[in-house]
Amino acid sequence: MSIATTEPTPTAPQSGPVATKAPALVTGGSRGIGAATARALAAAGHPVAVGYRSATDEALAVVAEIEAFGGRAVAIQGDVRAPGAEAAILDAAAEGLGDKVLVLVNNAGIRVDGLTAQLDDDGWDATLDTNLTAAFRLTRRALGPMLRARYGRVVNVGSIAGLRANPGQPAYAAAKAGLMAFTSTAAVEVARRGVTVNAVAPGFIETDMTSDLPTDEIARSIPARRLGQPHEIAAAIAFLVSDAASYVTGTTLVVDGGLSA
Amino acid sequence: MPSPTVTADAVESVVFEALKGFGVEEDLLSREAEVVALDIDSLDLAELAQVLDDELGVEIKGDDVKGITTVGDLIDRVVAKAA
Repeated sequence: MSIATTEPTPTAPQSGPVATKAPALVTGGSRGIGAATARALAAAGHPVAVGYRSATDEALAVVAEIEAFGGRAVAIQGDVRAPGAEAAILDAAAEGLGDKVLVLVNNAGIRVDGLTAQLDDDGWDATLDTNLTAAFRLTRRALGPMLRARYGRVVNVGSIAGLRANPGQPAYAAAKAGLMAFTSTAAVEVARRGVTVNAVAPGFIETDMTSDLPTDEIARSIPARRLGQPHEIAAAIAFLVSDAASYVTGTTLVVDGGLSA
Repeated sequence: MPSPTVTADAVESVVFEALKGFGVEEDLLSREAEVVALDIDSLDLAELAQVLDDELGVEIKGDDVKGITTVGDLIDRVVAKAA
């Protein structure tokens, strides 16, 4: 394994373990890209709420890792698909972190595959509800405090599946394309209040979501000749959250090893 | 939950303070002032909704302020919503 694919050991920000940056919520934070993002944001000084639906042990492990390097984190259980869940999740995160969430990473996602001719309604609905509608609802709820604070960061985790055709993923593609279009629209609505809304579009990343795919075959089709690692997406998200990206809004940052170039 | 103390005066105080924060000159503030004339836009109203929620516990949605003309209309809608 090359150095580039090794996740750096998180360290506390140089200012010390005291979290001085805005509270963050990462949905789907117990695994994969979400867990890596929670660690990256905590390492950058953000208190982090690790949102999860069912993987309690994994979410608590992410929290423990963050605390071990001097960061602050809480695990917040909730199903983003449930109507009204966005308020409960954001309120619990604010309570756990001591202040309202001003950094929202909409990462929770599922993949239900099937050719368009065969995909059933449940698969379509679950995919759209989780990947798109939940992100809208959480963003809607989180924007009020961000507008008031004249600061906020929303990063939506899209996918190159929303940019280029991939047979068997009509729902996932539609949800992710919708999420990226939603991103740019929300961004221009709130830009003048110091709130940025961006997306990342990961290519094939080594996570539970891609564990059932023929990764060797896929790697040969990627210019970088390998799948990406969760921390490589987390780094892009951490950049979009950082002050360095204060003038970046409404965009989708593709992180795919050159696959869609 | 809305507090029982959500009076018209309390709402007016919160709304006027918020409008000042949006850059409205203090001497232009009155219940009769037209929202459009104060250069208040839909994003300001979205932020005002958050302020009203935070300060008074009143949740205002877009439909709640549809068709308002004056600041007084806005205050009346908020008071009605809290009742």
